[in-house]
Amino acid sequence: MSPPEVHHLFHNPIVDHSFSADQSTLAVTRETTVELYSKVGDAFKLKDELKGHDKTVTSVDIAPQSGRIVTCSQDRNALVWEPSPTGYKPTLVLLRINRAATFVRWSPSETKFAVGSGDRVIAVCYFEEENDWWVSKHLKKPIRSTITSVAWHPNSVLLAAGSTDAHARVLSSFIKGVDPRPPAGVWGERLPFNTVCGEYLNNSAGWVHSVAFSPSGDSLAFAAHDSSITVVYPTGPDQPPRAVVTISSQMLPFKSLLWSAEDEIIAAGYDCEAFRFQGSEAGWQLTGTIESKGRPGLEQREESALNMFRQMDLKGKAKDDTQLKTVHQNTVTMIRPYETSGDRVTKFSSSGVDGRVVIWSA
Amino acid sequence: MSQSLRPYLQCVRSSLTAALTLSNFASQTAERHNVPEIEAQSSPEVLLTPLTIARNENERVLIEPSINSVRISIKIKQADEIEHILVHKFTRFLTQRAESFFILRRKPIKGYDITFLITNFHTEEMLKHKLVDFIIQFMEEVDKEISEMKLFFD
Repeated sequence: MSPPEVHHLFHNPIVDHSFSADQSTLAVTRETTVELYSKVGDAFKLKDELKGHDKTVTSVDIAPQSGRIVTCSQDRNALVWEPSPTGYKPTLVLLRINRAATFVRWSPSETKFAVGSGDRVIAVCYFEEENDWWVSKHLKKPIRSTITSVAWHPNSVLLAAGSTDAHARVLSSFIKGVDPRPPAGVWGERLPFNTVCGEYLNNSAGWVHSVAFSPSGDSLAFAAHDSSITVVYPTGPDQPPRAVVTISSQMLPFKSLLWSAEDEIIAAGYDCEAFRFQGSEAGWQLTGTIESKGRPGLEQREESALNMFRQMDLKGKAKDDTQLKTVHQNTVTMIRPYETSGDRVTKFSSSGVDGRVVIWSA
Repeated sequence: MSQSLRPYLQCVRSSLTAALTLSNFASQTAERHNVPEIEAQSSPEVLLTPLTIARNENERVLIEPSINSVRISIKIKQADEIEHILVHKFTRFLTQRAESFFILRRKPIKGYDITFLITNFHTEEMLKHKLVDFIIQFMEEVDKEISEMKLFFD
């Protein structure tokens, strides 16, 4: 296993990051701006800054094919940045929300994107040709609190959303004229807009931090504030799911999770490192951490007596314990697939509050 | 360290570590605002159940977690009138300098002597585990400090 590739970009929290399809461009959030880095040799160099928001940017996503970047912020707006020869051109999206926008993701078809918000709605946005404008339709009905994360089903119609009201939901975001009719699946047959295909409550009513569909789209995983991950296997429309597996752990809660394969989930969060879970319908378990401990250069150096007394003199203690043993020195906020071969994620990237972006081999 | 102090501090330490899992959360009630939810108390679903850890009837810690902030209130041991005055003077001295203390709240919660307010901005700027260490060290030192002052007083 190759060691992780660590990029320490700056000393501000990175809430979200996104790589372009060819992995040459990296977009990260930094307070009210989004910074674009391009790969020069082994390092990332600042290339461009996207300035357009006036409050903390909460999420960023690059569409793999079109290269469009969508950002959203606590100033209630979302912007679509169109690449052009002279740089990125922003277009405001008509979100019609009155609270912070918290999370944004392009659908796999790239014709739509979903914006979660603190206004208890999800705005599903699509481009309207006649008005030359990004407009939105609201998913409203059962949502009772802020949306913390959204995830798209591979068919670009179903949308999973996690919320601070302790529910993970699967909703239909079918828009006539934009989407082709989706084939019937385990989540439902007829899927008009705002159909609730599934609603799952966390056992201890903890906030749901992250949701994700499995690669096939036939199961859903969500991480909640009680440090658990729940995997749901639905049977079909209007029937109870055939299996709901909850994996509780002794760790701090997970902020983000991804499916690296149909039988493997990687999750990371407040413990500053990523963990691997494996299993199937029959049961899931934690199999270990991604990080190999005791990396070279981190183990304790032989303490000389002089060094010890110097430490005691300067800091009033013998040992310097400010450094954590993990690569990330603060909460991991987001993990995303970086490289896939076949249907397995072989590498993934993580970003943290410590301003680092790290690329791991899964 | 006395025998009963160690498990008490250990309990506070693990509860604090769990409570300091904060994230940036914009207000659901006020437009374009981002306030500590534990102070605003405007959306009940983002507040967690408060937790009291008591060593005995006059020494306890109250931890009130929420999605983007934690309030930690400490009741310092006061055996007699002199200690009561000393604790009052001591906490007054600190709270008057709250600005340079970052996580100190200007006013303690009712029934407690000193209150810290840690928001997600503090945990982003500072190391989470050192913040916990700081609170624990404060609790360790404050008793020593008060009894020392009392000795000088006598």
